[in-house]
Amino acid sequence: MKTLVWVEHDNAQMKDATLAAVTAASKLGEVHAIVAGSGCQAVADQAAKVAGIGKVHLADDAAYANALPENVAPLIADLMGHHDAFVAPATTTGKNIAPRVAALLDVMQISDILSVEGDKTFTRPIYAGNAIATVTTSDEKLVITVRGTAFDKAATEGGSGEVEAVSGSGDAGLSAFVSEEIAKSDRPELTSAKIIVSGGRALGSSEKFEEVITPLADKLGAGIGASRAAVDAGYVPNDYQVGQTGKIVAPEVYIAIGISGAIQHLAGMKDSKTIIAINKDEDAPIFQIADYGIVADLFNAVPELTGKL
Amino acid sequence: MKILVPVKRVIDYNVKPRVKADGSGVDLANVKMSMNPFDEISVEEAIRLKEAGKAEEIVAVSVGPAKAQETLRTALAMGADRAILVQTDDEVEPLAVAKILKAIVEAEDPGLVILGKQAIDDDSNQTGQMLAALLGWGQGTFANTVEVGDGTIDVKREIDGGLQTVQLKLPAIVTTDLRLNEPRYASLPNIMKAKSKPLDQKTPADYGVDTAPRLTTSKVTEPPKREAGEILEDVDTLVAKLKEMGVA
Ligand SMILES: Cc1cc2nc3c(=O)[nH]c(=O)nc-3n(C[C@H](O)[C@H](O)[C@H](O)COP(=O)(O)OP(=O)(O)OC[C@H]3O[C@@H](n4cnc5c(N)ncnc54)[C@H](O)[C@@H]3O)c2cc1C
Ligand SMILES: Nc1ncnc2c1ncn2[C@@H]1O[C@H](COP(=O)(O)O)[C@@H](O)[C@H]1O
Repeated sequence: MKTLVWVEHDNAQMKDATLAAVTAASKLGEVHAIVAGSGCQAVADQAAKVAGIGKVHLADDAAYANALPENVAPLIADLMGHHDAFVAPATTTGKNIAPRVAALLDVMQISDILSVEGDKTFTRPIYAGNAIATVTTSDEKLVITVRGTAFDKAATEGGSGEVEAVSGSGDAGLSAFVSEEIAKSDRPELTSAKIIVSGGRALGSSEKFEEVITPLADKLGAGIGASRAAVDAGYVPNDYQVGQTGKIVAPEVYIAIGISGAIQHLAGMKDSKTIIAINKDEDAPIFQIADYGIVADLFNAVPELTGKL
Repeated sequence: MKILVPVKRVIDYNVKPRVKADGSGVDLANVKMSMNPFDEISVEEAIRLKEAGKAEEIVAVSVGPAKAQETLRTALAMGADRAILVQTDDEVEPLAVAKILKAIVEAEDPGLVILGKQAIDDDSNQTGQMLAALLGWGQGTFANTVEVGDGTIDVKREIDGGLQTVQLKLPAIVTTDLRLNEPRYASLPNIMKAKSKPLDQKTPADYGVDTAPRLTTSKVTEPPKREAGEILEDVDTLVAKLKEMGVA
């Protein structure tokens, strides 16, 4: 089978999320990649070095600069004339583009796969990860998104793929990029962080979140996450949300502070290697899945912990 | 402008789903069902646009069993004007739902379709994007804020790194994220009034859509269970554990 992997990038740098998709795709067969962007030759060169990628299709056009699905999906649908499967990471970009490609090809997408069981058979989470379904598609062409935490990352060195320029129809005239507010931070990205410190509604304000959570994260060199309640209340930006409908993470250590452990939150972090919970309610559901728990007021326990590290 | 709002009847988000012992699926017998939470946000947004004078009519649509009427009545009680039930007892996949919705769009000619970003049962996150592709319209997915302009709509989207704003030509597709609004509760008088609002009954065949599934589920299993661990006495013990793990 010939697969086409979506390379996620910001026109300068390939994103790590791509690498899990490459691993998933390589279980299906030969791996090609598509780099769609503007002034993104450097990304194509990085992709060509990824172990397992045989060929990189580079579509360099101003219309592809922001990965607008209206412009990019037809380009991919065209390339699918010579490929059997389109494989994208289940990032917000992948989720935006892949279903549009699937509909253009008249196939059902298989979302968020956890494993490849055969040429056309996969497992995927449903009901917030409370059930795992094994599904087989009858479609000839496959469109798949890949859960990043379920696959190892392909090596970024060792490949020697060739880069081939391709062109598509460019701007579909349906949409335009206006602006972006991307938080710049030196912290590890949530989806690749080894340690995550996550705060919930109990923090009470953005000031307290900053005052209590940030120093602990700094000490541990950790990424910072949050529950939906903390995001909704404006303590932290939306991209901190961990859960069924936020980011899916699986770090070595996840420290949940003042988070009750609703199923929607657990859906995003229960595959973490070690889970630590700090909550003043000993009956909080988070303790049912935590490896280590402390029943305490976080406003005492967390500063004490930070101080003793 | 008319707004079309597709709403799905799903397991209530407060219920913990149980996998059937025979591995054939999730047990939905006697389980509380509700409107998909993201669809409540869609209905609310449509109502706000109508209240702001940007829309004249709101049509709610559901594809599902006869009981999905209840979901549509909820949408009507919140403030939708009329409803269409496309009735079927089969499970209809996002691609087929998108095809049915396309046919309804062609009949109803809305200026905007607002869907949820994700149904919390199948967790597919596909239908809106698929509908946009089938119609050849622009799509503003995972909407945090929408602003209807003159023949355009600006959608601020929740993306992995933060927020992104795109401008789409109308007609267009929007899918809702959690922060778009806080849905209202239907008042008792409005629940009563909703009972007499029009609700059309159709079938997939009325729209000429083949709903035969493309995916077959051979097995549904429970994920690996995590056991409750240890409650530690104090912070010192936790510090010791973190050192043992080599993270501190
Ligand atoms: C469609 C939908 C999607 C959703 N998606 C997500 C998602 O992706 N991610 C997500 O997280 N949620 C999601 N939710 C929300 C989820 O259902 C919960 O409401 C949310 O996770 C609760 O956040 P929380 O644990 O911070 O708040 P709460 O449930 O209010 O818990 C606060 C906890 O803090 C503890 N506490 C209070 N004060 C202190 C103190 N001083 N010291 C120590 N502990 C204290 C309390 O005992 C309590 O356990 C979703 C909901 C819906 C309907
Ligand atoms: N059977 C259905 N009836 C009405 N709307 C639906 C149906 N299935 C999906 N949708 C819409 O599509 C959105 C995304 O669903 P999904 O692609 O299944 O995650 C939902 O939030 C609904 O707005």
